[in-house]
Amino acid sequence: MTVYYTTEHEWLRLEGEEAVVGITQHAAEALGELVFVEIRPHETTLEAGESAAVAESVKAASDIYAPVDGILIDHNAELADNPSQVNTDPEGKGWIFRLRLTNKDQLSNLMDATAYQAFLHTL
Amino acid sequence: MNSLLQTPLYALHLEHNGRMVPFAGYTMPLHYAPGIIAEHRHVRSHAGLFDVSHMGQIRLHARSGCVDDAARALESLVPADILSLKPWRQRYTQLTNATGGILDDLMVIRESNSLLLIVNAACKASDLAHLRTHLDTICEVQPLEDYALLALQGPKSEEVLAPLAPAVQDMIFMDVRPLTLNGVPCTVSRSGYTGEDGFEISLPAIHAESLARLLLAHPHVWLIGLGARDSLRLEGGFCLYGTDIDQTTSPIEADLEWSIQKSRRQGGVRAGGFLGAEHILAQLTQLENDSQLEITRRRVGLRPEGRAPVRHNAPLYADSTLQTSLGVITSGGFSPTLNAPIAMGYVPPSHATIGTEVFTELRGRTIACTVSALPFVPTNFRRSRSV
Repeated sequence: MTVYYTTEHEWLRLEGEEAVVGITQHAAEALGELVFVEIRPHETTLEAGESAAVAESVKAASDIYAPVDGILIDHNAELADNPSQVNTDPEGKGWIFRLRLTNKDQLSNLMDATAYQAFLHTL
Repeated sequence: MNSLLQTPLYALHLEHNGRMVPFAGYTMPLHYAPGIIAEHRHVRSHAGLFDVSHMGQIRLHARSGCVDDAARALESLVPADILSLKPWRQRYTQLTNATGGILDDLMVIRESNSLLLIVNAACKASDLAHLRTHLDTICEVQPLEDYALLALQGPKSEEVLAPLAPAVQDMIFMDVRPLTLNGVPCTVSRSGYTGEDGFEISLPAIHAESLARLLLAHPHVWLIGLGARDSLRLEGGFCLYGTDIDQTTSPIEADLEWSIQKSRRQGGVRAGGFLGAEHILAQLTQLENDSQLEITRRRVGLRPEGRAPVRHNAPLYADSTLQTSLGVITSGGFSPTLNAPIAMGYVPPSHATIGTEVFTELRGRTIACTVSALPFVPTNFRRSRSV
Protein backbone atom coordinates (compact mmCIF):
# COMPACT_ATOMS: atom_id res chain seq x y z
CA MET A 1 0.00 0.00 0.00
CA THR A 2 1.62 3.21 -1.17
CA VAL A 3 0.94 6.47 0.65
CA TYR A 4 2.05 9.84 -0.71
CA TYR A 5 2.14 13.24 0.99
CA THR A 6 1.92 16.87 -0.17
CA THR A 7 3.47 20.07 1.14
CA GLU A 8 -0.12 21.19 1.85
CA HIS A 9 -0.39 18.31 4.37
CA GLU A 10 -2.69 16.02 2.44
CA TRP A 11 -2.06 12.28 2.22
CA LEU A 12 -3.00 10.10 -0.75
CA ARG A 13 -3.29 6.31 -0.57
CA LEU A 14 -3.01 4.68 -3.99
CA GLU A 15 -5.53 1.88 -4.71
CA GLY A 16 -4.99 0.84 -8.32
CA GLU A 17 -6.30 3.59 -10.59
CA GLU A 18 -7.99 5.32 -7.63
CA ALA A 19 -6.77 7.03 -4.50
CA VAL A 20 -8.16 7.91 -1.08
CA VAL A 21 -7.24 11.39 0.16
CA GLY A 22 -7.24 12.97 3.61
CA ILE A 23 -5.23 15.38 5.75
CA THR A 24 -2.24 14.50 7.87
CA GLN A 25 -2.03 14.34 11.66
CA HIS A 26 0.00 17.55 11.51
CA ALA A 27 -2.76 19.35 9.58
CA ALA A 28 -5.50 17.98 11.82
CA GLU A 29 -3.69 19.27 14.90
CA ALA A 30 -3.05 22.66 13.33
CA LEU A 31 -6.71 23.11 12.30
CA GLY A 32 -8.15 22.06 15.64
CA GLU A 33 -11.40 20.18 16.07
CA LEU A 34 -13.41 20.28 12.85
CA VAL A 35 -17.10 21.24 12.97
CA PHE A 36 -17.93 20.87 9.28
CA VAL A 37 -16.37 19.41 6.16
CA GLU A 38 -17.73 20.43 2.75
CA ILE A 39 -16.68 18.23 -0.15
CA ARG A 40 -17.21 19.04 -3.83
CA PRO A 41 -19.80 16.96 -5.71
CA HIS A 42 -19.08 13.55 -7.22
CA GLU A 43 -17.80 13.63 -10.82
CA THR A 44 -16.08 16.99 -10.24
CA THR A 45 -12.93 17.09 -12.36
CA LEU A 46 -10.04 18.41 -10.31
CA GLU A 47 -6.57 19.57 -11.23
CA ALA A 48 -3.66 19.06 -8.86
CA GLY A 49 -3.72 21.92 -6.35
CA GLU A 50 -7.40 22.69 -6.86
CA SER A 51 -9.65 22.89 -3.80
CA ALA A 52 -11.56 19.62 -3.37
CA ALA A 53 -13.02 20.24 0.08
CA VAL A 54 -13.16 22.82 2.85
CA ALA A 55 -12.52 21.95 6.49
CA GLU A 56 -14.16 24.30 8.98
CA SER A 57 -12.90 24.52 12.55
CA VAL A 58 -14.39 26.83 15.19
CA LYS A 59 -11.87 29.44 14.19
CA ALA A 60 -11.39 29.24 10.43
CA ALA A 61 -12.04 27.57 7.09
CA SER A 62 -9.20 25.76 5.30
CA ASP A 63 -9.07 24.33 1.80
CA ILE A 64 -8.14 20.72 1.17
CA TYR A 65 -6.53 20.34 -2.26
CA ALA A 66 -6.45 17.57 -4.83
CA PRO A 67 -2.86 16.22 -4.63
CA VAL A 68 -2.95 15.20 -8.31
CA ASP A 69 -5.36 15.48 -11.26
CA GLY A 70 -8.46 13.31 -10.97
CA ILE A 71 -12.22 12.98 -10.78
CA LEU A 72 -13.86 13.05 -7.37
CA ILE A 73 -15.86 9.80 -7.24
CA ASP A 74 -16.72 9.35 -3.54
CA HIS A 75 -16.62 11.13 -0.21
CA ASN A 76 -16.64 10.12 3.45
CA ALA A 77 -20.36 10.42 4.30
CA GLU A 78 -19.69 9.84 8.01
CA LEU A 79 -18.08 13.28 8.26
CA ALA A 80 -21.47 14.98 7.86
CA ASP A 81 -22.49 13.91 11.36
CA ASN A 82 -19.04 13.44 12.83
CA PRO A 83 -16.49 15.80 11.27
CA SER A 84 -14.16 15.45 14.25
CA GLN A 85 -13.36 11.93 12.98
CA VAL A 86 -10.75 13.78 10.92
CA ASN A 87 -9.08 14.83 14.18
CA THR A 88 -9.30 11.49 15.96
CA ASP A 89 -8.19 9.32 13.02
CA PRO A 90 -6.92 11.58 10.22
CA GLU A 91 -5.24 8.84 8.17
CA GLY A 92 -7.95 6.20 8.73
CA LYS A 93 -11.66 6.80 9.46
CA GLY A 94 -11.08 10.50 8.83
CA TRP A 95 -10.45 10.06 5.09
CA ILE A 96 -12.15 12.78 3.07
CA PHE A 97 -12.61 11.90 -0.62
CA ARG A 98 -11.74 9.35 -3.32
CA LEU A 99 -10.25 10.29 -6.69
CA ARG A 100 -10.08 8.43 -9.99
CA LEU A 101 -6.61 9.43 -11.14
CA THR A 102 -6.23 10.94 -14.59
CA ASN A 103 -2.49 11.59 -14.54
CA LYS A 104 -0.62 9.04 -12.44
CA ASP A 105 2.74 10.48 -13.54
CA GLN A 106 2.09 13.35 -11.10
CA LEU A 107 2.55 10.96 -8.17
CA SER A 108 6.29 11.34 -8.64
CA ASN A 109 5.89 14.99 -7.56
CA LEU A 110 4.64 13.90 -4.11
CA MET A 111 6.61 12.89 -1.02
CA ASP A 112 6.82 9.50 0.67
CA ALA A 113 6.40 9.20 4.45
CA THR A 114 10.11 9.68 5.15
CA ALA A 115 10.36 12.76 2.98
CA TYR A 116 7.19 14.21 4.54
CA GLN A 117 8.58 13.72 8.06
CA ALA A 118 11.77 15.47 6.97
CA PHE A 119 9.65 18.26 5.45
CA LEU A 120 7.78 18.72 8.76
CA HIS A 121 11.11 19.26 10.51
CA THR A 122 11.86 22.17 8.18
CA LEU A 123 8.67 24.05 9.19
CA MET B 1 6.92 39.50 14.65
CA ASN B 2 9.74 40.08 17.15
CA SER B 3 8.11 43.38 18.15
CA LEU B 4 5.11 41.57 19.66
CA LEU B 5 4.52 42.33 23.32
CA GLN B 6 4.25 39.65 25.97
CA THR B 7 1.91 39.60 28.94
CA PRO B 8 3.18 38.75 32.45
CA LEU B 9 1.87 35.19 31.90
CA TYR B 10 3.87 34.53 28.72
CA ALA B 11 6.05 31.83 30.34
CA LEU B 12 2.95 30.14 31.78
CA HIS B 13 1.33 30.04 28.32
CA LEU B 14 4.41 28.36 26.85
CA GLU B 15 4.62 25.93 29.75
CA HIS B 16 1.01 24.92 29.03
CA ASN B 17 1.80 24.50 25.31
CA GLY B 18 -0.33 27.49 24.34
CA ARG B 19 -0.55 27.97 20.58
CA MET B 20 0.66 31.55 20.46
CA VAL B 21 -0.70 33.94 17.84
CA PRO B 22 -0.40 37.70 17.30
CA PHE B 23 -3.35 39.65 18.68
CA ALA B 24 -3.56 43.43 19.08
CA GLY B 25 0.23 43.72 19.17
CA TYR B 26 0.66 40.93 21.72
CA THR B 27 1.58 37.30 21.38
CA MET B 28 -1.41 35.56 22.95
CA PRO B 29 -2.59 31.95 23.38
CA LEU B 30 -5.25 30.93 20.82
CA HIS B 31 -5.75 27.66 22.67
CA TYR B 32 -3.93 25.06 24.75
CA ALA B 33 -3.73 21.27 24.46
CA PRO B 34 -7.48 20.56 24.95
CA GLY B 35 -8.45 22.76 21.95
CA ILE B 36 -11.04 25.50 21.50
CA ILE B 37 -14.19 23.35 21.75
CA ALA B 38 -13.10 21.48 24.88
CA GLU B 39 -11.95 24.74 26.50
CA HIS B 40 -15.25 26.40 25.61
CA ARG B 41 -17.25 23.58 27.16
CA HIS B 42 -15.08 23.58 30.28
CA VAL B 43 -15.90 27.24 30.92
CA ARG B 44 -19.63 26.55 30.51
CA SER B 45 -19.49 23.59 32.93
CA HIS B 46 -16.64 24.36 35.35
CA ALA B 47 -14.23 27.32 35.35
CA GLY B 48 -11.59 28.76 33.06
CA LEU B 49 -8.75 31.20 33.61
CA PHE B 50 -8.10 33.73 30.84
CA ASP B 51 -5.09 35.99 30.59
CA VAL B 52 -6.54 39.32 29.45
CA SER B 53 -3.54 41.37 30.53
CA HIS B 54 -3.27 42.81 27.03
CA MET B 55 -6.35 44.91 27.82
CA GLY B 56 -5.81 48.49 28.93
CA GLN B 57 -6.37 49.68 32.48
CA ILE B 58 -6.62 53.44 32.89
CA ARG B 59 -7.28 55.28 36.15
CA LEU B 60 -8.90 58.72 36.27
CA HIS B 61 -8.17 60.92 39.30
CA ALA B 62 -9.99 64.24 39.51
CA ARG B 63 -7.48 67.04 40.06
CA SER B 64 -9.98 68.47 42.56
CA GLY B 65 -9.73 65.26 44.57
CA CYS B 66 -13.48 64.74 44.19
CA VAL B 67 -14.34 61.59 42.22
CA ASP B 68 -17.67 63.11 41.16
CA ASP B 69 -15.71 65.65 39.11
CA ALA B 70 -13.99 62.80 37.25
CA ALA B 71 -17.39 61.13 36.74
CA ARG B 72 -18.93 64.34 35.33
CA ALA B 73 -15.92 64.80 33.05
CA LEU B 74 -16.08 61.22 31.74
CA GLU B 75 -19.77 61.72 30.97
CA SER B 76 -18.66 64.18 28.27
CA LEU B 77 -17.17 61.19 26.39
CA VAL B 78 -19.57 58.31 27.13
CA PRO B 79 -23.38 57.97 26.97
CA ALA B 80 -23.69 56.09 30.29
CA ASP B 81 -24.59 57.57 33.67
CA ILE B 82 -21.26 57.60 35.52
CA LEU B 83 -22.13 60.17 38.20
CA SER B 84 -24.74 57.95 39.84
CA LEU B 85 -22.59 54.83 39.61
CA LYS B 86 -22.22 53.74 43.24
CA PRO B 87 -18.78 53.21 44.78
CA TRP B 88 -17.40 49.74 43.92
CA ARG B 89 -19.85 49.14 41.09
CA GLN B 90 -19.00 48.99 37.38
CA ARG B 91 -20.89 49.74 34.21
CA TYR B 92 -20.46 48.96 30.50
CA THR B 93 -20.31 51.91 28.10
CA GLN B 94 -18.67 53.25 24.92
CA LEU B 95 -16.32 56.10 24.06
CA THR B 96 -18.15 57.85 21.21
CA ASN B 97 -16.98 60.20 18.47
CA ALA B 98 -18.57 63.41 17.17
CA THR B 99 -20.57 61.54 14.51
CA GLY B 100 -22.00 59.06 17.02
CA GLY B 101 -19.65 56.20 16.17
CA ILE B 102 -17.87 54.06 18.74
CA LEU B 103 -14.15 54.66 19.45
CA ASP B 104 -14.03 51.79 21.94
CA ASP B 105 -16.26 49.92 24.35
CA LEU B 106 -15.19 49.67 27.95
CA MET B 107 -16.02 48.99 31.59
CA VAL B 108 -16.01 51.87 34.05
CA ILE B 109 -15.40 50.99 37.71
CA ARG B 110 -16.08 53.53 40.43
CA GLU B 111 -13.44 53.11 43.13
CA SER B 112 -13.57 55.03 46.41
CA ASN B 113 -11.64 58.02 45.06
CA SER B 114 -11.12 57.38 41.34
CA LEU B 115 -12.52 55.75 38.21
CA LEU B 116 -10.88 52.69 36.67
CA LEU B 117 -11.47 52.07 32.95
CA ILE B 118 -10.91 48.65 31.34
CA VAL B 119 -10.45 49.15 27.59
CA ASN B 120 -9.65 47.01 24.54
CA ALA B 121 -6.02 46.18 23.83
CA ALA B 122 -6.09 47.43 20.25
CA CYS B 123 -7.55 50.79 21.34
CA LYS B 124 -5.64 51.55 24.52
CA ALA B 125 -3.13 54.00 23.01
CA SER B 126 -5.81 55.94 21.12
CA ASP B 127 -8.15 55.84 24.14
CA LEU B 128 -5.41 57.28 26.31
CA ALA B 129 -4.77 60.11 23.85
CA HIS B 130 -8.53 60.77 23.54
CA LEU B 131 -9.02 60.86 27.32
CA ARG B 132 -6.04 63.17 27.80
CA THR B 133 -7.18 65.52 25.03
CA HIS B 134 -10.64 65.95 26.51
CA LEU B 135 -10.18 65.43 30.25
CA ASP B 136 -6.68 66.70 31.02
CA THR B 137 -7.78 69.92 32.72
CA ILE B 138 -10.08 68.03 35.10
CA CYS B 139 -8.49 64.60 35.49
CA GLU B 140 -5.11 63.01 35.81
CA VAL B 141 -5.26 60.18 33.24
CA GLN B 142 -3.01 57.37 34.44
CA PRO B 143 -2.44 54.16 32.46
CA LEU B 144 -1.68 51.20 34.73
CA GLU B 145 1.38 49.97 32.83
CA ASP B 146 2.61 47.24 35.13
CA TYR B 147 -0.71 45.58 35.83
CA ALA B 148 -2.14 42.26 34.77
CA LEU B 149 -5.79 41.29 34.28
CA LEU B 150 -7.01 37.74 34.85
CA ALA B 151 -10.55 36.54 34.16
CA LEU B 152 -11.89 33.53 36.04
CA GLN B 153 -15.11 32.51 34.29
CA GLY B 154 -17.61 29.71 34.70
CA PRO B 155 -20.19 28.36 37.16
CA LYS B 156 -17.47 27.08 39.54
CA SER B 157 -15.68 30.45 39.73
CA GLU B 158 -17.02 31.41 43.15
CA GLU B 159 -16.17 27.99 44.56
CA VAL B 160 -12.60 28.45 43.28
CA LEU B 161 -12.11 32.01 44.48
CA ALA B 162 -13.95 31.94 47.84
CA PRO B 163 -11.22 30.04 49.74
CA LEU B 164 -8.81 32.87 48.81
CA ALA B 165 -11.25 35.67 49.67
CA PRO B 166 -14.58 34.69 51.29
CA ALA B 167 -15.91 38.21 50.55
CA VAL B 168 -16.43 37.27 46.89
CA GLN B 169 -19.50 35.30 48.00
CA ASP B 170 -21.20 38.60 48.88
CA MET B 171 -20.59 40.12 45.44
CA ILE B 172 -23.21 40.21 42.69
CA PHE B 173 -22.84 40.86 38.95
CA MET B 174 -20.96 44.12 38.33
CA ASP B 175 -19.90 44.51 41.97
CA VAL B 176 -16.25 45.41 42.51
CA ARG B 177 -14.15 44.97 45.67
CA PRO B 178 -10.58 45.73 46.67
CA LEU B 179 -9.51 42.32 48.00
CA THR B 180 -6.27 40.68 49.05
CA LEU B 181 -5.67 37.46 47.10
CA ASN B 182 -2.60 35.34 47.82
CA GLY B 183 -1.22 38.22 49.91
CA VAL B 184 -1.54 40.71 47.05
CA PRO B 185 -3.94 43.68 46.88
CA CYS B 186 -6.24 43.14 43.88
CA THR B 187 -9.28 44.83 42.37
CA VAL B 188 -11.87 42.10 41.81
CA SER B 189 -15.06 42.58 39.80
CA ARG B 190 -17.85 40.04 39.36
CA SER B 191 -18.08 40.27 35.59
CA GLY B 192 -16.65 38.92 32.36
CA TYR B 193 -17.28 38.44 28.68
CA THR B 194 -18.38 34.82 28.47
CA GLY B 195 -22.00 35.07 29.67
CA GLU B 196 -21.06 32.96 32.69
CA ASP B 197 -20.72 33.99 36.30
CA GLY B 198 -17.14 34.92 37.03
CA PHE B 199 -14.57 37.43 38.16
CA GLU B 200 -12.01 39.74 36.65
CA ILE B 201 -8.93 40.38 38.76
CA SER B 202 -6.62 43.35 38.30
CA LEU B 203 -3.29 43.07 40.07
CA PRO B 204 0.37 44.14 39.81
CA ALA B 205 2.05 42.27 36.95
CA ILE B 206 4.82 40.83 39.13
CA HIS B 207 2.24 38.89 41.18
CA ALA B 208 0.10 37.66 38.28
CA GLU B 209 1.89 34.39 37.60
CA SER B 210 1.80 33.16 41.18
CA LEU B 211 -1.92 33.95 41.50
CA ALA B 212 -2.59 32.26 38.14
CA ARG B 213 -0.71 29.15 39.32
CA LEU B 214 -2.65 29.12 42.57
CA LEU B 215 -5.99 29.29 40.70
CA LEU B 216 -4.86 26.63 38.22
CA ALA B 217 -4.01 24.30 41.10
CA HIS B 218 -7.77 23.95 41.65
CA PRO B 219 -9.02 20.85 39.80
CA HIS B 220 -11.96 22.77 38.27
CA VAL B 221 -9.76 25.38 36.57
CA TRP B 222 -8.25 25.14 33.08
CA LEU B 223 -6.29 27.80 31.23
CA ILE B 224 -8.45 29.04 28.33
CA GLY B 225 -7.25 30.72 25.13
CA LEU B 226 -8.57 33.53 22.96
CA GLY B 227 -10.29 31.08 20.59
CA ALA B 228 -12.75 29.95 23.25
CA ARG B 229 -13.02 33.53 24.53
CA ASP B 230 -14.31 34.46 21.06
CA SER B 231 -16.78 31.56 20.75
CA LEU B 232 -18.04 32.16 24.31
CA ARG B 233 -18.60 35.88 23.76
CA LEU B 234 -20.37 35.17 20.46
CA GLU B 235 -22.74 32.72 22.19
CA GLY B 236 -23.29 35.48 24.76
CA GLY B 237 -24.14 37.97 22.01
CA PHE B 238 -21.36 40.36 23.06
CA CYS B 239 -19.73 42.74 20.59
CA LEU B 240 -16.07 42.45 19.64
CA TYR B 241 -14.65 45.92 19.04
CA GLY B 242 -13.24 46.33 15.52
CA THR B 243 -15.45 43.50 14.27
CA ASP B 244 -19.04 44.08 15.40
CA ILE B 245 -18.66 47.74 16.35
CA ASP B 246 -16.31 50.48 15.18
CA GLN B 247 -16.08 54.20 14.50
CA THR B 248 -18.90 53.96 11.93
CA THR B 249 -21.47 52.12 14.10
CA SER B 250 -23.57 53.96 16.67
CA PRO B 251 -24.52 52.37 20.00
CA ILE B 252 -28.14 52.34 18.80
CA GLU B 253 -27.30 50.57 15.54
CA ALA B 254 -25.27 48.12 17.63
CA ASP B 255 -28.32 47.32 19.83
CA LEU B 256 -26.50 48.73 22.87
CA GLU B 257 -29.22 51.24 23.92
CA TRP B 258 -29.67 49.33 27.19
CA SER B 259 -26.29 50.79 28.20
CA ILE B 260 -27.64 54.38 28.02
CA GLN B 261 -29.40 55.15 31.30
CA LYS B 262 -32.50 57.39 31.52
CA SER B 263 -30.55 60.30 33.02
CA ARG B 264 -28.54 60.65 29.80
CA ARG B 265 -31.47 60.25 27.37
CA GLN B 266 -33.66 63.05 26.07
CA GLY B 267 -35.60 64.47 29.01
CA GLY B 268 -33.08 63.06 31.51
CA VAL B 269 -31.42 65.12 34.25
CA ARG B 270 -28.09 65.12 32.37
CA ALA B 271 -29.36 64.40 28.86
CA GLY B 272 -26.73 64.32 26.12
CA GLY B 273 -23.52 66.25 26.61
CA PHE B 274 -21.30 63.49 25.17
CA LEU B 275 -19.61 63.39 21.76
CA GLY B 276 -22.12 62.49 19.06
CA ALA B 277 -25.06 62.84 21.48
CA GLU B 278 -27.28 64.61 18.94
CA HIS B 279 -26.99 61.66 16.52
CA ILE B 280 -27.24 58.95 19.14
CA LEU B 281 -30.12 60.47 21.11
CA ALA B 282 -32.05 61.25 17.91
CA GLN B 283 -31.75 57.58 16.94
CA LEU B 284 -32.73 56.52 20.45
CA THR B 285 -35.84 58.73 20.45
CA GLN B 286 -36.83 57.32 17.06
CA LEU B 287 -36.33 53.81 18.37
CA GLU B 288 -38.54 54.57 21.39
CA ASN B 289 -41.21 56.08 19.09
CA ASP B 290 -40.88 53.21 16.62
CA SER B 291 -40.18 55.65 13.77
CA GLN B 292 -36.71 54.50 12.79
CA LEU B 293 -36.13 57.06 10.05
CA GLU B 294 -32.43 57.69 10.67
CA ILE B 295 -31.60 54.17 11.78
CA THR B 296 -30.44 52.37 8.67
CA ARG B 297 -29.23 49.19 10.34
CA ARG B 298 -29.39 47.16 13.54
CA ARG B 299 -27.15 44.46 14.93
CA VAL B 300 -29.00 41.13 15.12
CA GLY B 301 -28.29 37.51 15.99
CA LEU B 302 -28.39 35.04 13.08
CA ARG B 303 -28.82 31.26 12.97
CA PRO B 304 -27.55 29.96 9.60
CA GLU B 305 -29.15 26.73 8.33
CA GLY B 306 -27.03 23.59 8.17
CA ARG B 307 -23.66 23.11 9.89
CA ALA B 308 -21.29 25.31 7.90
CA PRO B 309 -20.12 28.39 9.83
CA VAL B 310 -20.57 31.68 8.01
CA ARG B 311 -17.85 34.18 8.86
CA HIS B 312 -17.03 37.85 9.30
CA ASN B 313 -17.70 39.92 6.16
CA ALA B 314 -20.12 37.48 4.50
CA PRO B 315 -22.82 39.56 2.73
CA LEU B 316 -26.48 39.44 3.75
CA TYR B 317 -29.38 39.58 1.27
CA ALA B 318 -33.17 39.88 1.52
CA ASP B 319 -33.83 37.19 -1.08
CA SER B 320 -32.55 33.70 -1.85
CA THR B 321 -31.41 34.83 -5.31
CA LEU B 322 -28.96 37.21 -3.60
CA GLN B 323 -30.17 40.30 -5.48
CA THR B 324 -31.17 42.73 -2.72
CA SER B 325 -28.27 43.52 -0.42
CA LEU B 326 -29.10 44.09 3.26
CA GLY B 327 -25.80 44.28 5.08
CA VAL B 328 -23.00 42.11 6.33
CA ILE B 329 -22.17 39.45 8.89
CA THR B 330 -19.74 40.91 11.43
CA SER B 331 -19.04 37.84 13.60
CA GLY B 332 -19.67 34.24 12.68
CA GLY B 333 -18.57 30.90 13.98
CA PHE B 334 -19.67 27.62 15.43
CA SER B 335 -21.46 27.34 18.77
CA PRO B 336 -20.19 24.32 20.72
CA THR B 337 -23.18 24.66 23.09
CA LEU B 338 -25.83 24.65 20.32
CA ASN B 339 -23.73 22.40 18.05
CA ALA B 340 -24.65 24.74 15.20
CA PRO B 341 -23.32 27.81 13.42
CA ILE B 342 -24.18 31.22 14.92
CA ALA B 343 -23.48 34.75 13.72
CA MET B 344 -24.18 38.42 14.28
CA GLY B 345 -24.58 41.04 11.60
CA TYR B 346 -26.27 44.25 10.54
CA VAL B 347 -29.58 44.46 8.66
CA PRO B 348 -32.08 47.31 8.13
CA PRO B 349 -34.76 47.67 10.85
CA SER B 350 -37.26 46.23 8.33
CA HIS B 351 -35.41 42.89 8.56
CA ALA B 352 -34.37 43.00 12.23
CA THR B 353 -37.48 41.33 13.70
CA ILE B 354 -36.80 37.96 15.30
CA GLY B 355 -37.82 35.16 12.96
CA THR B 356 -37.09 37.07 9.75
CA GLU B 357 -35.33 34.96 7.13
CA VAL B 358 -32.32 36.54 5.40
CA PHE B 359 -29.70 34.96 3.14
CA THR B 360 -25.96 34.78 2.75
CA GLU B 361 -23.61 33.19 0.26
CA LEU B 362 -21.00 30.60 1.14
CA ARG B 363 -18.74 29.10 -1.54
CA GLY B 364 -21.36 29.71 -4.22
CA ARG B 365 -24.26 28.35 -2.20
CA THR B 366 -27.17 30.31 -0.73
CA ILE B 367 -27.53 29.83 3.02
CA ALA B 368 -30.73 30.95 4.79
CA CYS B 369 -30.21 32.63 8.18
CA THR B 370 -32.95 33.28 10.73
CA VAL B 371 -32.81 36.49 12.75
CA SER B 372 -32.58 35.25 16.34
CA ALA B 373 -32.69 36.65 19.86
CA LEU B 374 -29.41 37.42 21.61
CA PRO B 375 -27.82 35.93 23.59
CA PHE B 376 -27.76 32.58 21.80
CA VAL B 377 -26.99 30.85 25.10
CA PRO B 378 -28.69 32.18 28.27
CA THR B 379 -26.40 34.17 30.55
CA ASN B 380 -25.62 32.79 33.96
CA PHE B 381 -24.80 35.93 35.94
CA ARG B 382 -25.19 36.20 39.70
CA ARG B 383 -27.81 38.93 39.73
CA SER B 384 -29.04 38.83 43.32
CA ARG B 385 -27.45 38.44 46.70
CA SER B 386 -29.84 35.71 47.84
CA VAL B 387 -28.42 32.36 46.86
